[in-house]
Amino acid sequence: MNSALLVNIFRFIMLLAIQIVIFNNMNFLGYISPFPYLLYIILYPVNGNRAGLIFSSFLLGLIMDMFCNSGGIHATACVILAYYRPYIFKFSFGLSYEYQTIRLNESLTPERFSFILVSVLLHHIVLFTLEAFQFKFILDILLRTLFSTIFTIITSIIIIYLIKPHKR
Amino acid sequence: MQQIFNFIIRNSNRLLFLLLLGISLALTIQSHSFHRSKVISSANFLSGGVYERINHINEYLNLRTENEELVLENARLKSLLFNKEDTTKLPLPDSIKGVKPADIIVSKVIHNSYNTHENYITINSGANDGIRQDMGVINSKGIIGVIDNTSPRYATVISILNMKSQINAKLKKSNHFGSLTWDGKSTGFVQLEDVPRLASIRKGDTIVTGGQSVIFPEGINIGTVDKIQTKENSSYYVINVKLFNDMTNLGHVYIIKSKDREELINLEKKGKDE
Repeated sequence: MNSALLVNIFRFIMLLAIQIVIFNNMNFLGYISPFPYLLYIILYPVNGNRAGLIFSSFLLGLIMDMFCNSGGIHATACVILAYYRPYIFKFSFGLSYEYQTIRLNESLTPERFSFILVSVLLHHIVLFTLEAFQFKFILDILLRTLFSTIFTIITSIIIIYLIKPHKR
Repeated sequence: MQQIFNFIIRNSNRLLFLLLLGISLALTIQSHSFHRSKVISSANFLSGGVYERINHINEYLNLRTENEELVLENARLKSLLFNKEDTTKLPLPDSIKGVKPADIIVSKVIHNSYNTHENYITINSGANDGIRQDMGVINSKGIIGVIDNTSPRYATVISILNMKSQINAKLKKSNHFGSLTWDGKSTGFVQLEDVPRLASIRKGDTIVTGGQSVIFPEGINIGTVDKIQTKENSSYYVINVKLFNDMTNLGHVYIIKSKDREELINLEKKGKDE
């Protein structure tokens, strides 16, 4: 139990650091940047404390906002994703997800991929809608959501494979 | 009473979610109004410090372009020094013909965003160096933005690539003025709105800051006219302005500290009160 907590704290700090130092400076085609810091929320233990997840996601988003000068958009998107995570689990893995021990950082099955896809999509739609804040940019919002989702998923999967514990 | 406690315990996650959602939405909405919250900005100790560290590394990669710019500016200043009659022609940021005395503070960009609709720049000098809200920020090529928040050692700048930014600007050859805004599309272009159709404008004309704002002195370069459009049913032009500055690559900047600012603001306030 204690080691799981330590792993989570370590993940929280490392993902934030990578996001701020490297990925925030990536601007494909001028406006697309991936947000792999979401992996913290995605990889949080399935049966872990839910209130803890919601609160730590809020902090995660707030720190991102501080660095991006963006008010509260990352915090909002992260809190919404953290709250609806069990529903996305139910959607991707079926009703009995609580009784399985799902480990996302093993081989990539269609269920795991759909879970990551839906999570990232939900977060990005909220994020870019709040960022534009006006309906006349609806096309822009959809475009940014689409491209950023693709890049976030690619970088997330690469990171998952990189930190995967080696089997012996 | 028992039931209330039961309700709170049963729905603790939902209540926590709603509380945090409320806080973050409030911060979001606040950030879209003009002057933003002081807490969640990169001018604070933590993020300012981290950005400064990162910038120390990035600086090395840009040394060549930075040096070239400094050499160019040195050459310009030397030409000023040796040919004194040039002084009247060049739009120097300070003491334009003695009309607007201003101080210049040199600072460095430590973080620059340009990929969202509302972009901010973080610089590494703050209130301790005498920087206050609503001071103008320029570099050797042209204007960059207006100071937004300050902390003792850092400050954030509303970039001209920010849809909230509105700066008074005019044509260099005549005195027709308009307001400079950004449509959120390209980092190389901004829009000059509300220029009357009476003005004769050609592609390639230079746009400079107007004398109407208390933030910038008159005559600082902005860009050149790229495309002239007319809105239907309106007697105003919308002009696409190509910026002199590459906003995606900023190094040293100058902050203009206008000495007349408070006097002007007080005077205008007095006029409104009466």
